[in-house]
Amino acid sequence: MTAVALADIAFDLILCALLLSAALAALSRQPLFGAVIFFIVYGVFAAIAWLRLGATDVALAEAAIGAGLTGVLLLGAMARLDAAAHTEPGFGLAEALTAIAAVGVTLGLGWAFLALPEPGGLQQAVAANLAQSGSENPVTAVLLNFRAWDTLLESIVLLAALIGVWALADDAAWGGRPGLRHHTRPGGVLASFGRVLPPMGLLVGVYLVWAGASQPGGAFQGGTVLAAVWLLVAMAGVVRAPHVSATWLRAALVAGPVVFLAVGLAGVAAGAFLTLPPDHAKALIVTIEVTLTLSIAITLAALVLGPPENAEQAP
Amino acid sequence: MTEPLTAMLVGLGLVFFLAGTLGLIRLPDTFSRLHALTKADNLGLGFIVLGLALQADDWNVLGKLVLIWAFALIAAGTSAQLVARSALRRKSTPSERQAP
Amino acid sequence: MSGWLTAWLTFAAAIALLALAGALWRVWHGPAPADRMMAAQLVGTGGVAVVLLLAAANDWGMVDVALVLALLAAFAAVAFVKAESSGGRGDPEEESADD
Repeated sequence: MTAVALADIAFDLILCALLLSAALAALSRQPLFGAVIFFIVYGVFAAIAWLRLGATDVALAEAAIGAGLTGVLLLGAMARLDAAAHTEPGFGLAEALTAIAAVGVTLGLGWAFLALPEPGGLQQAVAANLAQSGSENPVTAVLLNFRAWDTLLESIVLLAALIGVWALADDAAWGGRPGLRHHTRPGGVLASFGRVLPPMGLLVGVYLVWAGASQPGGAFQGGTVLAAVWLLVAMAGVVRAPHVSATWLRAALVAGPVVFLAVGLAGVAAGAFLTLPPDHAKALIVTIEVTLTLSIAITLAALVLGPPENAEQAP
Repeated sequence: MTEPLTAMLVGLGLVFFLAGTLGLIRLPDTFSRLHALTKADNLGLGFIVLGLALQADDWNVLGKLVLIWAFALIAAGTSAQLVARSALRRKSTPSERQAP
Repeated sequence: MSGWLTAWLTFAAAIALLALAGALWRVWHGPAPADRMMAAQLVGTGGVAVVLLLAAANDWGMVDVALVLALLAAFAAVAFVKAESSGGRGDPEEESADD
């Protein structure tokens, strides 16, 4: 066995041990704050694990979501829990049913995995048709051309999730701004961080979308980074979240799915729904990616900000 | 030719990481642990970036390596300052949290 | 890159992971929330180092993951100090100046 293979095995074993311990600790740790921190840490290990599996696109998404969004979401949610709301987790019928369902799904997935035909996969089919897809990154080619149907529905699912969150708003608060009104010491560390980082975050987010054409990256990864940057700017008190009734906000939320649908419908002329003619595939993919990035960024940020809470009038 | 240098710098970076972890585990209170940690991740990552930069095969990668270190420095400085301040405040007004 | 360096970089990544195991110990034991938060911060920076070492040993294309991790490294800490401040929307600096 070569030294490289030995080092690879050692690395993978340690990574697996850390992943499992972080996951178990997140489930078992009380108080809640420790569990949240373990979950954040788990995200870092998961991103590394995806890299080891050769899935750089997924690693990018995991890094952006784990570091930028879920940590902020969970810590923000925790801050709002009353001390009284900390109940000891009991084990009743609901928990038992949940456990049975979770074990069932896991077994089902395991069975489905083992029952798969021999791994030939679709790599060869993708590679053979990559030239006509309009993208040099096989993952982008699959997401926006070969299996565009899935991606279209996913972008709509995000929108549906946001509508679900907004539906939690009080009637009186409807049309107001989501989230808290943040303030910071002018010129302080937090206020400065909220002004120094966003331009660089914008650069990285746009770069990831641009890179997605030929290497790992794309609308989702770039959009997640942009969403995180927006949340930071809001937490630093530089800007406030917009009123949920703002027209520009609504337009930006639906722009991606609408453009995607329009391209799909135009594809009917070329043969079938969502067919991208090879001559124009590249331009169409770029158009979809750019508008999707905008919509994904704003939808994710709005999901983390939550339902509108204060119906105060516009300043 | 640069390879032994890379190996050495990476090793040096690791020493700082391990020292940081050791400090995080061994030092007696929150503030001294903070102090151990922030040096460790700045210098540890700095030496690793320096070592790997010698192996970068184009300017693109080199630029990203420098940017990554810059991001890490800004993040470490900011979070250390904020977390320390928050811990200090919590310590001086322990009843504050119960009464928002 | 020669084989021995690739092996050493991967091995170094494994050692960096071990250092992160120490950080996990601190996340578990706390005791103050600030201790757990700083340990998570170390895992973030250590994660950047691990990704960089893997990228150098295997494929520089992975370096973008480290870029994203480093960019967002302080976000959880910012959310943490926000959550610790009164009403969940202040700034620890502002409040200590008031005291």
